[in-house]
Amino acid sequence: MSMIRSTPRLKCILALVAGVLIAGATSALAASTEADFKAAFAAAEAADKEAAGLRNQWTTTAAALAEARKAAGRGDFDAAVAASKEAEALARASIFQATSEIQAWKALEIH
Amino acid sequence: MRSAIHVASAAVALAALWFGVVPPAVAADTPDPVADARAFQKFFTDKFPKLKLEDFVNGPYSMNEDMHRQWEEKEQFPPYDFSLDLGKEMFEKPFRNGKSYADCFPDKGIGIRQNYPYFDEKEGKVVTLELALNRCRETNGEAPFSYVKDEMAALTAYMAFTSRGKPFDIKIPDDPRALQAYQNGKRYFYTRRGQLNFSCASCHVQNPGERIRAEVLAPALGILNAMPIYRSEWGGMGTISRRFTTCNSQIRGVPLEPQADEYRDLEYYLSYVSNGLPISGPGARP
Repeated sequence: MSMIRSTPRLKCILALVAGVLIAGATSALAASTEADFKAAFAAAEAADKEAAGLRNQWTTTAAALAEARKAAGRGDFDAAVAASKEAEALARASIFQATSEIQAWKALEIH
Repeated sequence: MRSAIHVASAAVALAALWFGVVPPAVAADTPDPVADARAFQKFFTDKFPKLKLEDFVNGPYSMNEDMHRQWEEKEQFPPYDFSLDLGKEMFEKPFRNGKSYADCFPDKGIGIRQNYPYFDEKEGKVVTLELALNRCRETNGEAPFSYVKDEMAALTAYMAFTSRGKPFDIKIPDDPRALQAYQNGKRYFYTRRGQLNFSCASCHVQNPGERIRAEVLAPALGILNAMPIYRSEWGGMGTISRRFTTCNSQIRGVPLEPQADEYRDLEYYLSYVSNGLPISGPGARP
């Protein structure tokens, strides 16, 4: 009896929960746009270019950039942004390596 | 007045002492190729006391008895023979203008491998044998060969073969640019690069004789004396350019363009520190 009486209230709660879940899922799915990808990709490319200037690019940076471009091509901007960010992190690591090795190489030298 | 003279004299004496006895700070960083080569060769002969100096040119095949036996058996029917035949034929065939490779090199190109690379004082840069061969072709109206493919390997194989047994005799002329090129090559050799954070020295100084996956790492001493090489892993011949670019890729670094200044300088350094070791190319490697 009480179940029957509470049904409209339960329906309201369920609808509210569903609404919240759908809204959350939608915002998660639409987290990255083409503009986000373009910004992330440009930052990664700039870092890789800096590494090229230091004559120290990594093949893994190139692979991540290619993956980002491919994901963007199929409209998967979440994956494209993630790959761009990975490429940027790799490029920054290669820059750090090149700059720290300006002095660090001497530690390996045979004397 | 007298005390002023005393102070001034003391200052002059101190300055003389400082500049005369204490070497300038830059001296510590001034390259000393002769001392480098001595230390480099000593490092390897100390590390492998059973090996004679000239054994190092056999790379991984010098590292233990089993490998040495493999090398002896391989040398009975050398896998690089086809390349040597092709190289001889190419070397002797005149260009379309009637001239040939012999016209571009001292001693008609025979028995001269041990003198390459050299520092060209006119250009102010290192000239490798591979580069000199392509320049010869271009001067005579022929298209240059790829630095990493079979034709270049065949030509250098033949030129190395005619020089077998001759000790590397790389010179550093009295020219600050030559010393700088040598130093740049040394720096490249020891600099870590690629995502794996390896330098050339990580494998060929710190770990020669050890395995990296299925391969036995070659010592850096004498590593270029056997070039070009037939590599079973490649299923074909490889030039020095191919070796350098492949090494960079293997450590997840983007290779530079073949015959980039860095590679030319690296070849200069590595060849210089192997001075006195005989040319053994073309060689064969696992």
